[in-house]
Order: sequence, then structure tokens, then C-alpha cells
Amino acid sequence: MTPLLSVQGITKLYGSHIGCADVSFELYPGEVMGIVGESGSGKSTLLNCMAGHLKPDAGAVVFDTRADGPRDTVTMSEPERRMLSRTDWAFVHQHARDGLRMGVSAGGNVGERLMAVGDRHYGNIRDKATDWLERVEIDASRVDDRPTTFSGGMQQRLQIARNLVTGPRLVFMDEPTGGLDVSVQARLLDLLRGLVRDMGLSAIIVTHDLAVVRLLADRLMVMKSGRVVEAGLTDQVLDDPQHAYSQLLVSSVLQV
Amino acid sequence: MIELKDVSKTFTLHNQGSAVIEVINDVSFAVASGECIALTGNSGAGKSTLMRMIYGNYLTQSGEIRIGDVDLVQAQPREVIALRRDVLGYVSQFLRVVPRVPTLDVVAEPLRAVGVSAEDAQVRAKELLSQLNIPERLWSLSPTTFSGGEQQRVNIARGFAHTYPAMLLDEPTASLDAANREVVLSLIEDAKARGAAIIGIFHDEAARDRVCDREIDVSRFTRGLAA
Amino acid sequence: MTESAYNFAYLDEQTKRMIRRAILKGLAIPGYQVPFASREMPMPYGWGTGGVQVSAAVLTPEDRFKVIDQGADDTTNAVSIRTFFERTAQVATTTKTAQASVIQTRHRIPEEKLSEGQILVYQVPIPEPLRFLEPRESETRKMHALEEYGLMHVKLYEDISRHGHIATSYAYPVKVEGRYVMDPSPIPKFDNPKLGDMAAIQLFGAGREQRIYALPPYTDVVSLDFEDHPFEASKADHPCALCGAEHSYLDEVITDDAGGRMFVCSDTDFCEARQAAGHTGKDAA
Repeated sequence: MTPLLSVQGITKLYGSHIGCADVSFELYPGEVMGIVGESGSGKSTLLNCMAGHLKPDAGAVVFDTRADGPRDTVTMSEPERRMLSRTDWAFVHQHARDGLRMGVSAGGNVGERLMAVGDRHYGNIRDKATDWLERVEIDASRVDDRPTTFSGGMQQRLQIARNLVTGPRLVFMDEPTGGLDVSVQARLLDLLRGLVRDMGLSAIIVTHDLAVVRLLADRLMVMKSGRVVEAGLTDQVLDDPQHAYSQLLVSSVLQV
Repeated sequence: MIELKDVSKTFTLHNQGSAVIEVINDVSFAVASGECIALTGNSGAGKSTLMRMIYGNYLTQSGEIRIGDVDLVQAQPREVIALRRDVLGYVSQFLRVVPRVPTLDVVAEPLRAVGVSAEDAQVRAKELLSQLNIPERLWSLSPTTFSGGEQQRVNIARGFAHTYPAMLLDEPTASLDAANREVVLSLIEDAKARGAAIIGIFHDEAARDRVCDREIDVSRFTRGLAA
Repeated sequence: MTESAYNFAYLDEQTKRMIRRAILKGLAIPGYQVPFASREMPMPYGWGTGGVQVSAAVLTPEDRFKVIDQGADDTTNAVSIRTFFERTAQVATTTKTAQASVIQTRHRIPEEKLSEGQILVYQVPIPEPLRFLEPRESETRKMHALEEYGLMHVKLYEDISRHGHIATSYAYPVKVEGRYVMDPSPIPKFDNPKLGDMAAIQLFGAGREQRIYALPPYTDVVSLDFEDHPFEASKADHPCALCGAEHSYLDEVITDDAGGRMFVCSDTDFCEARQAAGHTGKDAA
């Protein structure tokens, strides 16, 4: 089986400061991987390098493209990479307003990716947008409302709908539940789990919330000071952490 | 079906003076299809630890743990995930679910994961929940608010939804009343009858005697180690 | 100071060369916004400084110059720009579309078909059609470069979802030669079909934004739309009250405080020519 994503020796330096160093792993279709670590551990830098938002100083991010098989997305041309990021890739930002067009209706937000890949039939676009709003549990009657009138949880779900409408194969998520109420988080997690299963999505989730990765991620990477200190099955890393830092991280979580 | 060869495990507590604790030493045994064996030994003997190692939840330092044709000790995470999805079931003592997910969906999920249609999975889930005497009015609610006994039964229903060829049961009859205990034991007997290899921890001796073919005393692998 | 103290057409020769280079580049890449070093002009931004600089760069002493504002030759803006070039370039001027070699316009394309050899210069307030959806200039430039125009349709989608039809009635975005999406300046969408396949050269100047773009003669220009909401060149559903024209773009003129109004051709030259030829509308004096 070909990995969907093969990350090879990704290094990003900010001057003499290490963003992330020599990170390698493979992600297979349908897998969800969590990346945890405290603020400044390099997990967001790594995510942005993988998603093409930052150019790594070294390493390759090889994605199994539909048309041409495995390709290094770091060295591919910008138009190709941008095309990937609006077809096969999706990026869910921590703050919905970074990932939404706040001045555009919910339907327009969801429809944008469809129009970006050439859909030119208003009725079809609107039907698909409405269908997706319902899939993320937003009432279809809100299709013409702007996200500014939505709650935080609804905005986040709208962002997810907007990302998934073109049927991507890989979703990058940066703290997708950060800043939401606990009860809203739970609903979002449930929704994400269902979507991942039903669409066969692969996902990489960056978070500092160990409860989120336990529920969503099959695999886990623990990062500290820009390096991966431990990786493995999520429940194994959380229940039987091997590295000193992982042990500290796990034992620092307050039990409820 | 399940085979352990020279399996050992240590815990290294980096944040507590790097204490190294050997918990399991040199375990070897095998469980055939249709066989149920019980892990026995006093509290703290390492029964749950061994069980978690066989599920891949705890990392095994040396030896071989073969489930079907996969060696869990060497397997890649994705192989373990596939194994858990298709082959290896685990009924733990605690229910761990996403809050707000209805009980029915919690039970149906393992079936959905192996590609059973939503409708068929629901039918099977309803069957198990009524068999385990979970009142129908609770099915649409999240089990997170249920009593301990109810949670335990939901957990069992979930564990038995898919017909795994290998199963691990951690105290499946604990905190159950006589009627529900009977249901669980018959579920185990049915699983054996269809050829599942089962490893269980039972404090309930009568239950153990009824469903288990052999006993393995874990304390003989841990004697003098963790104490 | 006498008018002859100015260089021909106000701008110095170096500046005109710089602008001509931008124009040539624009003609070579139809619809592409070419940056240029816009100069301070003796009029405020928004009064046509971009169009004036383009006109200054293309005018020759032999040209006959016409200026229209919203189709009319006799509004303040048109009169002052016409006078400006009469004084600084001593060029002949006219109000007759057919007789002009260079026509500077704000918000209209003349009704009368233009011919080869003519140049139409548009005054452009905001050259970037993607601006209101994507405020970052760095990003919109990249979108043009990579032909990522899905966002343009989002704007039209929003129109339909809000109004039931594409309500954008001016500055209606077009695609040029199947490549660049272009803002045709705030002309009514009624004029959009005239942009394409036009015999005259069309030049667009945005002074404040420092951009020039162009359509060479006979360029393919398509107004964006949806399959199920095709582009429609709409106008007020009346004939001209003065000349009776059925197919010209009309201005609505309020005539009293009691709700009285009339619809008249916005292209004054076109209307006058028709009236002179004996056509009359219902309110013709």
C-alpha cells in the first residue's frame, strides 16, 4: 500500500532557532494522526510546512496525487500546490474567521471551492452547499446568512463543510476545537469522527488537548523543542508513554 | 489464534528518578480458536497489564505476541489499528466514548467501522441492547450519564457487536445482576461456539468455571518483580 | 502663464513614454493590469486622473478629442477634461462619436459602433475585480497569475442568493481571451456586449491605483455568469422619451416633485443625432 503522505526529514529554522527538525512519518489512507506538544514545540510549524503554508528548509512532503502518484509538494510548482490545497487537501483553522469569508453567505462559503474547480451551475452549487450545511448540522434555512450571525461552534462546522465539499483526501486541522465550549467541542468531535469514517478521510490534527487526540486520532506524535520525541498508537502513547517528556505531559493532565 | 512467546515488559518512570520496574517477565502461552482462558492471580499481579499488552495498549519490550498472523510487538500502528478493527475485540472495565453520542451509535460503531451499513448495524445494536436489558428509552441518550452497571452493559454490547475472531474481556461480569450476568456469559459461550479465541479476567469464580477452559496464573510471571 | 508653457498634453515626454510602454504591454496581454507610475494631475483623484494620463500619452496634434461622462458631453467632468486638453494640447474637440479619434469616457460606451482607428479611454476607479472579496493585493495578483477565479463567481453567487438574479448592474466582471478576469470600469452591464470584438482600441486607466490595462481591437470578451443564470444586458424597459430609441441605454430623469419622470438616452450625441434625423419620443419638445 502506498502512503497517502510521506513526510521525510522536514526541518524549518527561524534564524538559529529551530521551528521543527528532521520530522519523518508516513500517513496511510483513512488514518488520523494527532500531533501534541506544548506551545512552541513546533507542531504548528510542522503542520504549516506540510500544508504548503511555509517552505521547509529541508525535507520532502510526498503526497500520493490522484493523477501522477507520489509527488513532492515542497518542490512542485506553486499552481499545482494551490490546486491541491483546494481539491485534495483541506485546512481547518483554529479560528473559523481565518478559514471563512465572513462577508459571504454560508452557501457562498461552502460553494467557493466548487466554483474554484469550475462548477458553473448555480442550482447545483446551492444544492450541494445546502446538503453540506445539513451534514454539519446547520439548518438549511441559514444558507443565505453570513457567518457573522453564527455561533462559534456553527462557524467551525461551517468551516469544515467549506473544506470537505470537494471531497478532499487529506485534512489538516490546527486546534480545531480550541476556543469552543466543552459541550460544543464534543459535538464537533463526534461530527469529525463520523465524517472521517464515512468519507475515508485521512487527517492530521495539531492540538494540545490530549482528550481530543484520544477520541479522534489513531496515531500520535509527541513533539518537544521542534523534535518528535515519541510516536505510536494513540492509546499506547497516552497509557504507556515511553519518553520522559510524554510521561510528564500525560501525567500533567488533570483527571476529571 | 493468540500466541505469546517470551513476552516481557518494564516501566521506566523518567520523572521519578528513572525507576525501572519490571512487571511481566517471560510469558509464553497460546489460545486456540474456540478456546477461552482465564488470567488469574491476586490484585496487582499484572493481569490487566498483560491484557493491555496483548491489545497493544501497553508497549511490549521483548518477545512476540501473535494475533492471527500479526506480531503485535513489531507491528506498525496502522497494522494494529486494522487488527483491532477486524480481528481483536476488547471489553474494558471502563466506557470511553465521545460525549453526546447516542448509545445506539456507540454500540453500532464497531460494525460501521468494518463497513456494515448503518441500518444493519443499528439492527444488531438494538438486538444487543435489548438482550442486555438497556431500556429502549435510553438508546437515544449518551451513555456518559448512565449508572456504572448500565455503562458496563453498553460497553459489552459494543464489544460483542462485531464478531471478532479474538477477544479480550476485562471483568465482563463485574457489577452486573444475575440476569445480566447470565446474558453476558451466554454471549461469551456464543462467541466461543463460533470459534473466537478469548482471554478473560474474571473475579467471579463461578463465571470463570463456566466459560473458561484453562487458567493461567499471571503471578508466576511476575513473582518477586513488582511486589 | 500661457498655455504654451506646458509640454504638449501637459505631461512631460518621459512620463508619456513610460505610460505608452505600459499601454503597449497592456495591449500585448489583454486584460492584464500593468502597474505604472501615476503622476499627480491638476485635478483630484476620482475625477479621471487615470484616463487623463492615458489620453495625454496617446493624443497627437492631429487628433480630434471627445469626452463623455455617463454618456453626456456636457457634464462638468466632461467639459473640464475636454477644456484641459484644448488648452494643454491644442487638439480639436468634438461631441460627435464618429468624428472623434480619441474618446475619453466615464461609465459608458457610446451607442454608435466605433470603428478601426479610434481609441476609447476609460476612467477606472477600482481596477481590481477581486478586491471586495479578497482585500490582499498580494493574493489577488497571485490569483490572476494562477488563473484562480472561483472567487469571482462567489460574488455572482451571492447576488443570486440575495436577489434571485445577478443584481450586479455595472462594473460587471468579464473574462478576456479566456484568460484574465477584468473589471470593465463602472459601465452598465448593458454595455458589456460592446466590449468584445470591438474595432477600436480600448484603454483603461486607474490613476489612484496606478494601473493600466487594455483590450486590442477584436478581443474576445465574455461576461461571467452561471449556466442556469446566464448574463443579460439589461436596461430600463422604456423607449427614449426624446428620440424614441428602443435599444439604447437610458437615464431616469426626475422631472417634478410629484413623481414625474422620464427616460432619456444617456448618450447625448446619439440622442441628438436621432432627433436631428427626425426621430421623436413621446416627450419630445
